[in-house]
Amino acid sequence: METTTTDTLIGITNLSKYFGTFQALKDVSLSVAPGERVVVCGPSGSGKSTLIRCINRLEKHEKGQIIVDGIELTDTRESLDKVRANVGMVFQQFNLFPHLTVLENLTLGPKRVFKISEKEARERALGYLERVRIADQADKYPRQLSGGQQQRVAIARSLCMEPRILLFDEPTSALDPEMINEVLDVMTELANSGITMICVTHEMGFARRVADKMVFMDQGEIVEISDAKSFFTAPKSDRCKDFLQKILSH
Amino acid sequence: MKRFLTLAPVAFLLSGCSNNWGWYVVDPTTTSGYNNLSFMISGAWNTILMSLTAILISVAVGLLVALPGLSEKRSVRNINRVYVEVVRAVPILVLILWVYYGLPQVTGITLNVFWAGVFALALSDSAFQAEIFRAGIQSINKGQYEAAHSVSLNYTDTMRFVILPQAIRRILPALGNQLVYMLKMSSLVSVIGMQELTRKANELVVSEYRPLEIYTILVLEYLVLILIVSSGVRWLERRMQTERD
Repeated sequence: METTTTDTLIGITNLSKYFGTFQALKDVSLSVAPGERVVVCGPSGSGKSTLIRCINRLEKHEKGQIIVDGIELTDTRESLDKVRANVGMVFQQFNLFPHLTVLENLTLGPKRVFKISEKEARERALGYLERVRIADQADKYPRQLSGGQQQRVAIARSLCMEPRILLFDEPTSALDPEMINEVLDVMTELANSGITMICVTHEMGFARRVADKMVFMDQGEIVEISDAKSFFTAPKSDRCKDFLQKILSH
Repeated sequence: MKRFLTLAPVAFLLSGCSNNWGWYVVDPTTTSGYNNLSFMISGAWNTILMSLTAILISVAVGLLVALPGLSEKRSVRNINRVYVEVVRAVPILVLILWVYYGLPQVTGITLNVFWAGVFALALSDSAFQAEIFRAGIQSINKGQYEAAHSVSLNYTDTMRFVILPQAIRRILPALGNQLVYMLKMSSLVSVIGMQELTRKANELVVSEYRPLEIYTILVLEYLVLILIVSSGVRWLERRMQTERD
């Protein structure tokens, strides 16, 4: 059992997930150390998103175990609250709250969950907006911003909850090409700051730069786990070679 | 104010056949006409008060009934289904009569005419409000719940700060419709003796025997009231829309 060691922040063992009769995850095991940066890739429909959505309970798993910072994810309110507090998530479609300003998007969580004052929440929010280089847009509404800006706001919103783990679910897939880099730059900076990250992405350049660990998935299974260097230079499985060839050739 | 021009054809119709009309009953230049007119208009306050109270209650009850309708559990959803189907099946007039004459015998609680009317109107409308809220809430993207979940908001906060503010903007036109509907349905409470617009008109008809003129004024009273309400709702819609830009 790998879940007992102290240097495991996220321990996933023999995880299975079904949508009706379709098995989206098949006996998946993965452990992530504190501060580790994991990139998950694979063809669409391979279960990458489902895997990370299980980690903050956006999807319930049927079999296996997920332990986040010593707490097993179960149906109890207590377990859910503790795990959620440790895990932030950035979505493909940003999912900002359209009726709130950028600043209100950021302060809502801290004010309601940590019960901190308006002023304190505001200072914290501005701090993170500064960090994603968008503080000048604080009073605008999400729809007034470009896709890249919206995604950076979404990242700042997650950071405001000060999670230990940040999950990224294809954060650049909905962006126009010219906006991808501004988001990747922010993510690279975050990676260097020591936060634990799991990213589902097709951005292989980014993966090469920041990943400590590469996970390749296909048809609901983890096919390959290796360090970034050997993953790109010497993939072991044929499925992985095939995928890399397709994605790197263009 | 273009909307008030819709009154023009009505005025034209009235002026066209003066032979059959006895406008003296409501002629404000004569003392009796003035008294009759102000007697009729004095019912407006009760109509408005009753409709507003009823709509506030029915919105609150409707929301409470809508929430279980969104549950993943079938048994919880059924609470919503049963309420909506049963309440929606009872005609308002029947409900008014039952609440006023039947309820005291069943429960021992006697409601006065005003509250009996409000209760029946609100109960009846709440089934429709529940359906409106359910549709409005269901129209909000799943990603909004997921984002709220990921910043650790609990169910109440998710609804209060994320889902409902967006849903209410979307259902505002439907809520406006219900308010108009409520103003009209409040006329039915006249049958249990509520002194609102319709009741006042009926009483005046009995003493003056000019139903044509008096009921025509009654029509105009409702028309003006409802045109004011619907332009108010439109103003609110516009304001909420621009708030987001």
